[in-house]
Amino acid sequence: MPILGSVDLGDPLFAHGFGLAVLVTILVKVLVAFAALLVSVMLMIWFERKVISDMQNRIGPNRAGPFGLLQTLADGTKLFFKEDLLPTRADKFVFRLAPLLVLVPAFLMFVIVPVGGVVTIANHVVELQVADPPIGILFMLVVSSIGVYGTMLAGWSSGSKYPLLGSIRASAQMISYEAAMGLSVIVVILESHALSTRAIVESQAQHFWQWNVLRLGVVPFIIFFIASTAELNRPPFDLAEGESELGGGFHTEYSSIRFALFFLAEFMNTITMSAVVVTLFFGGPDGPGFHVVTWLWPILWFLGKTAIFCYIQVWIRASLPRMRYDQLMDLGWKRLIPLSLAWLLIVAAMIYSVAWGFAVIAGSIVAFVLINRAVKVSAYRRKEAESFLPKGRVTSISGAKTVMAPSDPATTYQETKG
Amino acid sequence: MGALDAVNFFGGFKQSIKQVLEPRVTTQYPKEKAPKPPRLHGRHVLNRYEDGLEKCIGCELCAAVCPADCIYVRGADNNIEDPTSPGERYGYVYEINYLRCIHCDLCVEACPTEAITESKMFEFSFTSRADAIYTKNELVVDDEGHPRHQPWEDWRDADEEHTSGWMRATSPSGNAETEGKVQWSAELGYGKRYPEAGQSDNRNDELTGNISVREVEKKKISVKLGGKVR
Repeated sequence: MPILGSVDLGDPLFAHGFGLAVLVTILVKVLVAFAALLVSVMLMIWFERKVISDMQNRIGPNRAGPFGLLQTLADGTKLFFKEDLLPTRADKFVFRLAPLLVLVPAFLMFVIVPVGGVVTIANHVVELQVADPPIGILFMLVVSSIGVYGTMLAGWSSGSKYPLLGSIRASAQMISYEAAMGLSVIVVILESHALSTRAIVESQAQHFWQWNVLRLGVVPFIIFFIASTAELNRPPFDLAEGESELGGGFHTEYSSIRFALFFLAEFMNTITMSAVVVTLFFGGPDGPGFHVVTWLWPILWFLGKTAIFCYIQVWIRASLPRMRYDQLMDLGWKRLIPLSLAWLLIVAAMIYSVAWGFAVIAGSIVAFVLINRAVKVSAYRRKEAESFLPKGRVTSISGAKTVMAPSDPATTYQETKG
Repeated sequence: MGALDAVNFFGGFKQSIKQVLEPRVTTQYPKEKAPKPPRLHGRHVLNRYEDGLEKCIGCELCAAVCPADCIYVRGADNNIEDPTSPGERYGYVYEINYLRCIHCDLCVEACPTEAITESKMFEFSFTSRADAIYTKNELVVDDEGHPRHQPWEDWRDADEEHTSGWMRATSPSGNAETEGKVQWSAELGYGKRYPEAGQSDNRNDELTGNISVREVEKKKISVKLGGKVR
């Protein structure tokens, strides 16, 4: 089913200039997107709790409304009426600003997602997405990076230890995974020759084997999915929160509605990231349609695909334990970034010519073997070096060593006796 | 990461998705109640003999042994014409402060006449300090031997049925046959019930002898959980 519309850069809505009709269309789009996002967040939180309880042999929320659907509303109302605490040592302005810095990008990120096809209303070609800027997918990357500031500043401005640790983790983690994520997005852009999300979606239209997930090999999709989960601060990458080790991490000091805003943003980001994955790799609203209500089918396809990815996100949360911090950094820097870089080069060379493609594949394999060998040798040397250290309790965190003096049982015994 | 690691990695996902089809273990608590363990300690009852006389003789041993200091007892001499309990004295004042009680069951063990026992009813969320202090009016069982239902107590049908004993005979374990034998009668149940055999003797009857209370109760529990014994 082809998605109609031009491949022109820029929104075709402005083809006839900017008039009242255009303004009204934009307003309606914004309002619908705003309301739909809020409602879907409400449903997403309910969905997550229900699915997780399914996977843990529980029933989950079932008190408020039918099937507990209104549970989120009840929780939100409760949080609204809780006391809004402001720590004495907090940086008050930044402390108040941080939740908004997380929430606003969460709303903004959804702007570029193509929800459906293209409809014509009163001679105006209306794309079913809030905005279609020429920079498209870059806007998503930019806005998601602003969200990191929110998390970072929230922890920093709390004036407390655990939030600070959480925010340090958040910044390091998100910067690490942003790189892998960006590289896998570039692979998509290479194939679709455009940054605009509408163009990316249209380049995958018609047949499912033209979806980027198959066209580019599954690797960029996997990298993007892992990196986006890390960007979202969702398990198994929720180190910035780390309930068990940091007591909530960056939002430890937050209470009341400010706390709720963080969660609103987190779940909104989950939905948006699922939508972005669908847009980049699964053809967005592409799918077989019928001639009954033509505009509806793409929307249904989009919603269905997004729901599947939301389910997978919850499934991951229910299945995987939180990663250790060095494992997180290992995965990000030693595996995802080299892999996405190699894949980018391979795809670029393949587009240029097949011969170059195979040359780059060979080169990547050689590079991989070399890097692997280098890592192994350095690990072996470190172990070797440690064996020369005095015996006792040796704690080693990637090179930094603390050597505690060995305790002699004989002397300690005599001391206690004397 | 070897190939085996990758298999294990997806094994976790398989495990969690498999649970979706498994039965739920949740008990919808206010609507339905899980069976209580055989030796659960709930609120106390003051028992009576079948002829209506109170078992409490006002010896204050329960108050003496209470580690939380929550029992207040004052004994008084029985009226010879119209005695409250068989024997010389009876419990004139008997109060348990449930804001202090830790339900350790030491009072039950101390009681020489088994006048005080603990039921399995723990759902009594009073809203005032006065309600928290149970006096004889609340503690002494009624003429049928049932505990008195206070307005703030959450009882379901037959909740009190599966509870510690009242209406017990004078013999140590509530049964004339067992008089003089060493028995462990921590659990009595509704009306009269056969006690558990003592730890040293070799009694082996079909009811409870040499079988733990949990085994005896197993069937009841299994019925309540739909064939599943936890």
